[in-house]
Amino acid sequence: MHEKAKILDKEAISRAVMRIAHEILEKNKGTKDLCLVGIRNRGAHLARRLADTIEAIEKEKVCMGILDITLYRDDLTLVSQHPVVHKTEIGFDITDKHLVLVDDVLYTGRTIRAAMDALVDFGRPKSIQLAVLIDRGHRELPIRSDYVGKNIPTAQNETVEVRLEEVDGKDEVVIVEKNNKNGLDA
Amino acid sequence: MVWTRKDLLGLEDLSQEEIEAVLSTAESFKEVSTREIKKVPALRGKTVVNLFYEPSTRTRVSFEVAAKRLSADVINIASETSSVRKGETLIDTGRNIEALKVDIIVVRHNYSGAAIMLARSLRASVVNAGDGWHEHPTQALLDIFTLKEKLGKIAGLNVTIVGDIAHSRVARSNIWGLTKLGAKVTVCAPRMLIPPGIEQMGVRITEDIDEALSRADAVNVLRMQFERDEENAFPKQLEYFKNYGITQERLEKARKNIIVMHPGPINRGIEMSSEVADGMNSVILEQVTNGIAVRMAVLFLVAAANENIKNEDSN
Repeated sequence: MHEKAKILDKEAISRAVMRIAHEILEKNKGTKDLCLVGIRNRGAHLARRLADTIEAIEKEKVCMGILDITLYRDDLTLVSQHPVVHKTEIGFDITDKHLVLVDDVLYTGRTIRAAMDALVDFGRPKSIQLAVLIDRGHRELPIRSDYVGKNIPTAQNETVEVRLEEVDGKDEVVIVEKNNKNGLDA
Repeated sequence: MVWTRKDLLGLEDLSQEEIEAVLSTAESFKEVSTREIKKVPALRGKTVVNLFYEPSTRTRVSFEVAAKRLSADVINIASETSSVRKGETLIDTGRNIEALKVDIIVVRHNYSGAAIMLARSLRASVVNAGDGWHEHPTQALLDIFTLKEKLGKIAGLNVTIVGDIAHSRVARSNIWGLTKLGAKVTVCAPRMLIPPGIEQMGVRITEDIDEALSRADAVNVLRMQFERDEENAFPKQLEYFKNYGITQERLEKARKNIIVMHPGPINRGIEMSSEVADGMNSVILEQVTNGIAVRMAVLFLVAAANENIKNEDSN
């Protein structure tokens, strides 16, 4: 494992969050019926930042929830997966809301599939949109993002690590190259 | 992640970290039961068999609800209506169930060690739902979960367990769990119902209920199992209530916010008065609710660990 390149620094991340916040407001024509749902762990922190940014722009609060998708994953059987289940906190009725799912990295699309399965168990939203900080390609499901911080073409033996102040003590996005070249996903 | 066991057999073998892993997983599962659709797909396609050699309603139903909220399929086998009556051994029954490609067997048996024996003979996961006088780990986990929810922590708490300590698997599992998490445990019962050597488990013994309650943060009141009193060791019911029954008068001398727990079913007027059972200090029904979250966590953790074991074997 070694760090290959730093893709975004603190300022770049905050500009991307700012732009995505504006794009969300533009597409949804304001904050009416708008709710953000962050996917644990880092997606939740990004959703919090987006909610704060939107509030600063519009002077209106947007509701925000947190989703843990461990129970909806399709890979309980994967070797060396020791799933840790965290809390889901959706404190509002999602029916007829425009939901923006927020995650740090969009890769195979399986996490987003699981998140959508989880959301429809909570109600029937009017729409579900997707915002990600990084889209690294290699999709295995027909899923795309509506808002992207940065598109980064990657190889399968690389991983993209998003580090956030709230979790990792600093803001940055780096590409890490794994030593094994057989393309196994971590 | 610290949970790597395919079975849950008792709290005696578990480390503090493993117990905490179950508790924190249960915390996350509690939310599922508050949803309109009380179901997640985590164990979809898995089959859980409840194999009960002793009568049980609440534990079996709790496990059944927990498994169903994880989307598992559930089959209930009660010994009174099964081939056990025809003389089949526990291991043979277990192997037959496993041959049906069942993933988890939840077993209750009147012999201490039955769950351990079954787990050793099978690749399927085994969850102990009570074996003889030995352990009842999920009951203790839900008791501890409820205590932690109410008081915020376990370490340093004074917990009193009252009743038939000698024949109680609930007491044994609670003692193991609570002491591992740093609580101070007092057991209180008439001398006949205190098993010799119990102090080696790190508990304080007293026969004086008022003294036992005086510094307790919580009291766990065991059911007097009069139906099991083969040795005639039990005091008469009225005498027991007078000397050990939890009443409002006794609670008034204890700490104001003392928590009163009971694993159920309650014998009103024997272990405690109705006033106490339905009173401010009682968390008895919350224990029932928490039991589902705890059992969901246990089923989920053993299933995930067993998947990992199978995968490692095939690699």
